Amino acid sequence: MQFMLLFSRQGKLRLQKWYVPLSDKEKKKITRELVQTVLARKPKMCSFLEWRDLKIVYKRYASLYFCCAIEDQDNELITLEIIHRYVELLDKYFGSVCELDIIFNFEKAYFILDEFLLGGEVQETSKKNVLKAIEQADLLQEKTENMYHSKSFIGCKKAY
Amino acid sequence: MRRYLLSTILCEKKGGKGHSSETIRKNLVTGTRTCCSSDRRLCLQLHRFLLASYSSGDKALDGYSKKKYVCKLLFIFLLGHDIDFGHMEAVNLLSSNRYTEKQIGYLFISVLVNSNSELIRLINNAIKNDLASRNPTFMGLALHCIANVGSREMAEAFAGEIPKILVAGYVSCVKDTMDSVKQSAALCLLRLYRTSPDLVPMGDWTSRVVHLLNDQHLGVVTAATSLITTLAQKNPEEFKTSVSLAVSRLSRIVTSASTDLQDYTYYFVPAPWLSVKLLRLLQCYPPPEDPAVRGRLTECLETILNKAQEPPKSKKVQHSNAKNAVLFEAISLIIHHDSEPNLLVRACNQLGQFLQHRETNLRYLALESMCTLASSEFSHEAVKTHIETVINALKTERDVSVRQRAVDLLYAMCDRSNAQQIVAEMLSYLETADYSIREEIVLKVAILAEKYAVDYTWYVDTILNLIRIAGDYVSEEVWYRVIQIVINRDDVQGYAAKTVFEALQAPACHENLVKVGGYILGEFGNLIAGDPRSSPLIQFNLLHSKFHLCSVPTRALLLSTYIKFVNLFPEVKTTIQDVLRSDSQLKNADVELQQRAVEYLRLSTVASTDILATVLEEMPPFPERESSILAKLKKKKGPSTVTDLEEAKRERSADVNGGPEPAPASAVSTPSPSADLLGLGAAPPAPAGPPPSSGGLLVDVFSDSPSAVAPLAPGSEDNFARFVCKNNGVLFENQLLQIGLKSEFRQNLGRMFIFYGNKTSTQFLNFTPTLICSDDLQTNLSLQTKPVDPTVDGGAQVQQVVNIECVSDFTEAPVLNIQFRYGGTFQNVSVKLPITLNKFFQPTEMASQDFFQRWKQLSSPQQEVQNIFKAKHPMDTEITKAKIIGFGSALLEDVDPNPANFVGAGIIHTKTTQIGCLLRLEPNLQAQLLESVSAKRWLPPGTHRAGGARGAVG
Repeated sequence: MQFMLLFSRQGKLRLQKWYVPLSDKEKKKITRELVQTVLARKPKMCSFLEWRDLKIVYKRYASLYFCCAIEDQDNELITLEIIHRYVELLDKYFGSVCELDIIFNFEKAYFILDEFLLGGEVQETSKKNVLKAIEQADLLQEKTENMYHSKSFIGCKKAY
Repeated sequence: MRRYLLSTILCEKKGGKGHSSETIRKNLVTGTRTCCSSDRRLCLQLHRFLLASYSSGDKALDGYSKKKYVCKLLFIFLLGHDIDFGHMEAVNLLSSNRYTEKQIGYLFISVLVNSNSELIRLINNAIKNDLASRNPTFMGLALHCIANVGSREMAEAFAGEIPKILVAGYVSCVKDTMDSVKQSAALCLLRLYRTSPDLVPMGDWTSRVVHLLNDQHLGVVTAATSLITTLAQKNPEEFKTSVSLAVSRLSRIVTSASTDLQDYTYYFVPAPWLSVKLLRLLQCYPPPEDPAVRGRLTECLETILNKAQEPPKSKKVQHSNAKNAVLFEAISLIIHHDSEPNLLVRACNQLGQFLQHRETNLRYLALESMCTLASSEFSHEAVKTHIETVINALKTERDVSVRQRAVDLLYAMCDRSNAQQIVAEMLSYLETADYSIREEIVLKVAILAEKYAVDYTWYVDTILNLIRIAGDYVSEEVWYRVIQIVINRDDVQGYAAKTVFEALQAPACHENLVKVGGYILGEFGNLIAGDPRSSPLIQFNLLHSKFHLCSVPTRALLLSTYIKFVNLFPEVKTTIQDVLRSDSQLKNADVELQQRAVEYLRLSTVASTDILATVLEEMPPFPERESSILAKLKKKKGPSTVTDLEEAKRERSADVNGGPEPAPASAVSTPSPSADLLGLGAAPPAPAGPPPSSGGLLVDVFSDSPSAVAPLAPGSEDNFARFVCKNNGVLFENQLLQIGLKSEFRQNLGRMFIFYGNKTSTQFLNFTPTLICSDDLQTNLSLQTKPVDPTVDGGAQVQQVVNIECVSDFTEAPVLNIQFRYGGTFQNVSVKLPITLNKFFQPTEMASQDFFQRWKQLSSPQQEVQNIFKAKHPMDTEITKAKIIGFGSALLEDVDPNPANFVGAGIIHTKTTQIGCLLRLEPNLQAQLLESVSAKRWLPPGTHRAGGARGAVG
């Protein structure tokens, strides 16, 4: 996989993960182009499209589009399920995830992604194992966090 | 939500130190109340707030605040704003021993740092500490960071370290926690290998990595398989053992019950990701040779195909997707092996079912996958049975990307038996096709029509239809091609003339049709002139009625048609002369048109019928070469499967007519470089010499600054080698410039004429050729030249003389650098100038006895050079002789007792000294490959050798 983008129906980028080295300018250009292309597609259309020399696999969950760019010989359907598994992981972690969760807890979204995918390849497909790793990290975090007796900026979702 | 966000941030700040933040907060709050709440404004304010507090004098931020700042900066960045500070804070966080601070630090680095070299060193340091910490959580973070950044510096620092982590053995009590580290290490190494393969050393760890395929932990296997696949693609030999391990692993997964693998079962499908990866790994290798392994693999593939027929275990789309993902990957493997007809046909039938599936995704993939199946001889026929479904898909699919796949598949499944049907369907689809894919369809139709034409009248009809339906998308290659084919095949010429004549009668016809019509009637109009409905005058009037609507190149072509008419039909000569004589032609503002009109008019008046008949003779057949349309399609599609498919197809069906690019076929020679009848940018006639080098197509974009010297133009080395044995020819050519050479040498002196030809119609400005010699060369070779005129007009040629004196022997060659401005852009070209030592060779005759006596005397190592090399071309005695003479030495016949050997002798003249040289070339004809050249030198002793011997003969 070359990169993964999450963006909203309004075209706002919510998460980006690049597995190939590109300049910021290129990244912006690609993002703009892809967001436009994907948003223009109708709901019944197929989830794959050819774009430059890559294959784009995308899927919409509520207001969020998950969009992956894979290489020619990669498997489209399994990529679709990579997206789904990631959504499941987010869902399980946040408890019925919504766009705001990803906005305010973006670092968690990244950590989960890193546990699941690394360097553009699937690292761990077991839901249990991925979440175990994240929970362990949270545990460590809580320990340090308590030392400050202060409310975390990133833990603001519940209050909202 | 925004207000909440703000207040949270401000809460954080409450405990902050300086009073300045208090004021800022007030301003910020009032600001937010009044401003319209666009995301962007909010961000700007945040940005400012942070900047202010960042620089407000809180010098010693504690780790916690640092973490907050970095986190907020990240947030702002993720909202799409540029962040250009805070990197240092993030790097500091890395060395914190609090997990949460470290984690945010790493995240910031992963997201924001590309390869800022200064920071990378600091980051690497922190990573190194974490990797050595033996704390699996910290190691994990560090590995994730390396995998996310993956820069070269990181590869340099860690590529040796990570394999050790990957294959280290651990005692069972920590194995669980270390497994996830191993997974990260595998993928981390993969990322580094992708960015800098040269920095990842292969070693004994490779064999241990392969054994990770047997690991109990499926997560480790999943990660390791990706790594092994990528490594195996580059080093298939070293990872060969992975095949049997992968097959047995796959077989265990495929046959397991859906509950066996626990959490690795995904919607009732056992380990789909791992299965797909294993099947990918197997695609790096040919079918296994070991019959047991092979049998087991075939069983696996059959099981996967069988499972596709079973009723689904769940109605969820995830279940079917995961199952079909494995199925498609298995089909890819079957196609890759291309050895089991039974499996191939089953795969094809399975895909056939998907063609009518209600899931758009499956239809898309089935069409795509079938394209590759069509290229296998075992399944080609099976694919063809689905033609109706595919045609139907073309007509009814609502998604353009699916229709595109259908077009691809039709193209792939086309052969002689169904070509007419497929071409007809594609043509009718073209009328409504999406604009984005029209050009590709046009190319495909043109190729299929040509390749499978049994009857060339059908071919002509098809192409004319193509122009009628989608004239704008018919590229030059396509209409050049139809003309080449008509000219090369005399059975279709009459029909072609009749058809274009009829097509031209339509009230509105595309300019491309006028071009084809003009050309064909000019050549073969006489074949239909017998019919009173298409008498010469009617033909001429028909063409001329389109004349004024056409662009300049087309008009130029039509003028050539007219002069051809003068020859074909003397009865319309006066009419045509009147047209040529009219002011609108003779005084046309366009130089090309005016010139043609003047010259053709003159030609028609002064030349006798005999001369006219010779000059305006019918075009000779074009040489057969690869279709330029095919080349264009390949270029469009990139080097993908289409190419292989083409090759496979070509073998199956003898190519009917492999014709070529537009030849520079000029029947009338005029001084203008674009005088050919097509009137379109063919190469100007080049002096005898090598064809334009392939590198010549690259317009020079090497350098922006006029002072820099461009690197040597690609392909110029080849040309250089050609000049070792000859003195005249074309040294360099690209789209703008051609450089020709003429040179003569005597004793130690020489003179070289360099001709610079401007191939464009625009002036070159500031044209400055410079000769560059290294210091070393300068002392040994003296070159004198005068500067040339700094402007070179379009189409013009300038000449430069170089006087050469060889002072002493030398090995390098001078470089000719040319700089000029062309249409506002700076051009910079460098080529090596072929002045080599052997140019100062004078042949010497010598008797056999004499030769060998001297040869034996010259036996000290400094006096002898021997070189064994592979000949690039098959050896031909006459050519080799010519090369040795061209090289400059005398060819001594009947000297060597072995008649196959070549022997030469000569004296190299320099100003300071003369060096005698003996040369022997011993071809190894058995191997047809090896030759050895020995050169010996007498007088005076030294350390030089006859330069260029290898280039000359190789």
